[in-house]
Amino acid sequence: MDPEAAKLIGAGLAAIGAGLAAIGVGNVFGSFLESALRNPGAADSQQGRLFIGFAAAELLGLLAFVVAMILIFVA
Amino acid sequence: MAEESGKIDPMHQFEVQTIADLFRIGDVQIAFTNSALWMCATVIVLWLFMLGGMKRAAVPGRWQMMVENFTGFVDGMLRDSAGKAGRTYLPYVFSLFMFILFGNLLGLLPLGLFGLHPFTFTSHFTITGVLAIMSFAIVLIVGFFKHGLHFFSLFIPSGTPKPMMPLIFLIELISFLFRPFSLGLRLFVAMIAGHILLKVLAGFVINTTNAGAVTGALIGIPSFALMIAVSALEVLVACIQAYVFALLTSLYINDAEHLH
Repeated sequence: MDPEAAKLIGAGLAAIGAGLAAIGVGNVFGSFLESALRNPGAADSQQGRLFIGFAAAELLGLLAFVVAMILIFVA
Repeated sequence: MAEESGKIDPMHQFEVQTIADLFRIGDVQIAFTNSALWMCATVIVLWLFMLGGMKRAAVPGRWQMMVENFTGFVDGMLRDSAGKAGRTYLPYVFSLFMFILFGNLLGLLPLGLFGLHPFTFTSHFTITGVLAIMSFAIVLIVGFFKHGLHFFSLFIPSGTPKPMMPLIFLIELISFLFRPFSLGLRLFVAMIAGHILLKVLAGFVINTTNAGAVTGALIGIPSFALMIAVSALEVLVACIQAYVFALLTSLYINDAEHLH
């Protein structure tokens, strides 16, 4: 295969990672909302933990983006 | 990349351009760039914002309420994650939070309409990396100063079985050393991704409109509507990323202050 084409295909495949991270981020907020509605009194105190989970899930998706950028611009 | 999206190059906005060449150290050019210009602009805007709110009036006006909300927000976040000892770091975490927040938001301003080109300095790893290293250095200095070599017990959670200790130590050490990278990487990639998305959509609008009225109406107008929605999302991301950076910094400071 032409190396240039392989690079672009690899960068496109990296977008799958971004989609999976979307599931992860949705899961973080979804589970939070689900339990926050069960116990609204405890919800506010857990906001810090919510964003830690969000940051961790999002970072892994952003890494997929970094892989795509490296494939297109660096490799 | 430039060919695929017509005349619009989505990476052009991240180019660091020299405004005034200052001097050289060896072969390294030291210059006043657009990045430095926007950092100065951010500091000036932040300074004016704080100046307007530091009147210490007994009955605060709107502006003072706004500033006090920000300080109260960061203070509460530090108290929740680092306890009483976290208060000492309030000036640092507050400046960090406000600097990143204002930098992100200033980079989103539609100043291109007036011929000015906003530059988001938080979309460069050199800048976010230095901010992350500052936070990491504070953790290391405080940790070793307060606890001495006992600081290494941070890498062995209490209750770890003896045979597992070397492995757990190694894993915790690697995850600890990865912190500055993940901290800087998250901010700069999040900013880059959003800005590229906006410019790609802007390219759709301009190229399809140039191609004719039918494609302009079919593709250009929906893309423009999407751009507005993505801009709103970007404002949210700008705030969340500043918050996450400050939150993780205060969590790491908590590690340094209290170990586990």
